[in-house]
Parts: sequence; C-alpha cells; structure tokens
Amino acid sequence: MTAIRVLVGTRKGAFILTSDARRNKWSVDGPYFAGWEIYHVKGSPVDPDRIYASQSSSWFGQIIQRSDDGGKTWSQPGSDDKVDEMPQGGMPQGVSNKFVYDTSEETGKPLTTHQWYDGTQHPWEFARVWHLEPSLDDPDTCYAGVEDAALFRTTDGGVTWHELAGLRGHTSGPDWMPGAGGMCLHTIVLDPENTDRIVCAISAAGAFRTEDGGRTWAPINQGLHSEYIPEPTAEVGHCVHHITAHPSNPNTLFMQKHWDVMRSDDGGDSWREISGNLPSDFGFPIAVHSHDPETVYVVPILSDSLHYPPDGKLRVYRSRAGNEEWEALTKGLPQEHCYVNVLRDAMAVDRADPCGIYFGTTGGQVYVSNNEGDSWEAIVRDLPAVLSVEVQTI
Amino acid sequence: MIRVVLPFHLQTLANCEREVTVDVDGTVTQRSILDALEARFPMLRGTVREHVTLQRRPRVRFFAAGKDVTHDSPDDELPTSVATGSKPFMIVGAVAGG
Repeated sequence: MTAIRVLVGTRKGAFILTSDARRNKWSVDGPYFAGWEIYHVKGSPVDPDRIYASQSSSWFGQIIQRSDDGGKTWSQPGSDDKVDEMPQGGMPQGVSNKFVYDTSEETGKPLTTHQWYDGTQHPWEFARVWHLEPSLDDPDTCYAGVEDAALFRTTDGGVTWHELAGLRGHTSGPDWMPGAGGMCLHTIVLDPENTDRIVCAISAAGAFRTEDGGRTWAPINQGLHSEYIPEPTAEVGHCVHHITAHPSNPNTLFMQKHWDVMRSDDGGDSWREISGNLPSDFGFPIAVHSHDPETVYVVPILSDSLHYPPDGKLRVYRSRAGNEEWEALTKGLPQEHCYVNVLRDAMAVDRADPCGIYFGTTGGQVYVSNNEGDSWEAIVRDLPAVLSVEVQTI
Repeated sequence: MIRVVLPFHLQTLANCEREVTVDVDGTVTQRSILDALEARFPMLRGTVREHVTLQRRPRVRFFAAGKDVTHDSPDDELPTSVATGSKPFMIVGAVAGG
C-alpha cells in the first residue's frame, strides 16, 4: 500500500483527497463536475484507476462519468470529443446516461406502477443514480441503484445500462412507496464468495436478495420492526437506510434502518436488533472495520424529524463485537453546537493497518481517523454538503 | 448555419463555448436543431430532452430570436433570423430555487 484516495461526492461537485499511507497530510483536488450533484463516486476493486461517478441535476438529468486514470481525467463512456470522425455503427454514443426501465414482455411486465404517497398507483419514473457498485472482478461491469427504485448493470464500462428487472418485478413491487427522499435503491452489497448473490436496499421497501445473479429476488426483512408503517413486521415497506458486510464474512450483514441498528448472521434471512446503548438508533451510514468483521461503526442522529446529532455532539459509535455494546468516539470531533447530518453513503473504511475510518457531513467536513476511530481530524472543513465518501487503498 | 447558445452546465459537459453552430437540412425547428445539436455533441443526449420520449426537460426553456418558444410545438418552423444565423436559438436553464 502506498496511498489512500478518498472519493467525495457533494451537492456541488466531486473532490478527490489523497494521502500517503500515513494519512496525516492530504491534498485536495476538485471540484470535478462543478455545480452538479454528485451522488456517488466509486472505484473498481480490481482496477483502482477505473472510477465511476454519478452526476445529476434537476435541470439536465443524469450523467455517468468514468475515469481510467484514477480521477485525473473523466469522460462520459461512449462519447468522444472527436465525434465527427467516428464511424457510423461504431461505439454507441451519448447513451451512457440512458436508464430505461425494462418493459419487455419477457422480463419487464407487469412493471408499470408503484404506490404513490397518496396510496394511488404511480408510473415508475427514472430520476437519478444514487449508488454505483463496481463489480468485484471486472472493471467494465458496474451496478447502479436508481430512483425510482431499480437495479441496472453495465458490462461495457458504462456505455450502456440494462435493468435487472426481476427486482422491480417482484410481486410486492406495486406496494413499494417512496420515502421522504424519494423511492431509491441506494445500497448494493456484492458477495465476494458468490457472484450470483446480491443484496439491495430500497427506501422505503426494504432489503432484497437474489441468488441467481439478479433474475429473481426475495425480500429479506424478517425481524425488522417499523412502527411507522401500518403493519410493523410487514414483508416489505421498511425504510432501510444502509447495509454493509465484511468481505470475509458475507453472511453477516449489518443494517442501519430508519430507526434501529440490526444484524443478520444468515445472509439476511433473519435480523436482530443491536441498537443497545446508542443515544439514538436513528441514523444513515453503517460501516465495518476492514480487518475485524465484528467491529462496526454508526453515527447516531437524533430523529427522523431532527436530522442532526443528539445534544449537538458529533459522535461516531463503535461496537467491537457487533452487538448491543457501543462506545462513543469523540476525540477530534465537535462536541458542542454541531447540527450536521451524515448521509448513508458518506462513511467508508480503508484497508490500511491500523484501519482508517472516513465520513463526510452535510456541513462540508470530511473527517478521518487513522487509528480505528479513536481520534479524528478534518481533512477539509468547507466543502459543499457531502453526499458520499468512498476510499481506495492503493 | 444555426447558432445555438447553451447554458453553463451544458457547455462544461460538451466542453464547448457558450455559442456553437450546427447545420440543419430542411425546415428549421426546435426538433431539427436539437437533433443536429445532439448529433454533434452526443454527450448532450438526454440532458435537454428525455432520451426516450424526447420531451423537453421541465426546467429547460427555449428562446428563438428573443421570443420564448418553449411551449410551441417542437415542429413549428422557427423565425428566419434563426434559420439564417443572424439570431441565436437559446437553450436556457430555468431560474429556480432559492
């Protein structure tokens, strides 16, 4: 390991923070795609120079950007500045931002509507890509979780995207409804031991799992209890905020739900609550230590009505056993007058030793701990609101 | 030669100047200008109008020779001054937000 690269998506562009392995001196590059919302930026595990970015705007829609040189330069896959010279029938051009729901007779129907806020049925309408999850073994393959909730995949480096329609085609699809942030598929967990197994999470439908590479899906929400829905233990309808797993132990999943921190040891077949002594079990991100599959991190937020930390104190909580016992990690974090939020994709870990933990806030700070969370310092303090943080250990 | 003025974010996306030119065969309309623009700058496909429906995005407006033609038919013929290049066709990101 020679370097750490932190990929930050914000409301007004992307930033890349780099450091050597000691993680105490950082350079900040950006903004890339200035003025655009960057929901997520993530690098390929097998080719760290290959990075995908989701760029979007309420004015001009969705753009997919790709870098093949570690973020130095970017382009829209399939587009080329020398378009006039490209042969007819050559590489498809200008479709890398084309996310079209599958309505084919074979795989796409009946997929026409989902539940709207007023209980009526509403057509699926693509809004944006929330999350990009590059394949664990092929840099040209990447999954995209989108709003309205669906899972897409590219196998040509982002030039074209195709829906894995079995998820949206689950019989519960017409019952899914949006949460306050829209109906988004925001979490994609790939299983390093089984390429056919994928776990996804949707707000506010819940968690789903495929065992056949995305052709068929099943809800995995047994054990979740959500007082805010008509049937608190319903098969679907839970507002799951994030799910994570350690690569060495993919059957153990950790979940931050709208309320409650949960754990599953059977790949999501059943869940039990591990909120324990947290000051609040509401929150968005959840992360696992890179070398210890039982060490878990969350950032408690006061409530769904008050999206800021309890008592105005920004505290990361760590459980060393992945259970109900949590310790507050406060050294270097503001312990008064702090009213920022930490969003679901805005926390990540590196693979250095000791493990580094990173998170970004809606106040524009990106914090790092290079000692497993024991102490923190801000890499930057005044970025636009941070939407996502990912880390590459190079 | 048609002159097309792009909003800031589409200029950066297409890596071009504020004003670009396109050639249109036949009648000059919103549709024929946008077709020509997207042919020259494929990265703009899906940004001004939806990929599949080709409907204008809600926060995008069109001006031709200083007149708001946003809600005109995309197949209406545009003024001669736009067709001859003496006046630009403007694509504008609507002012919205706080």
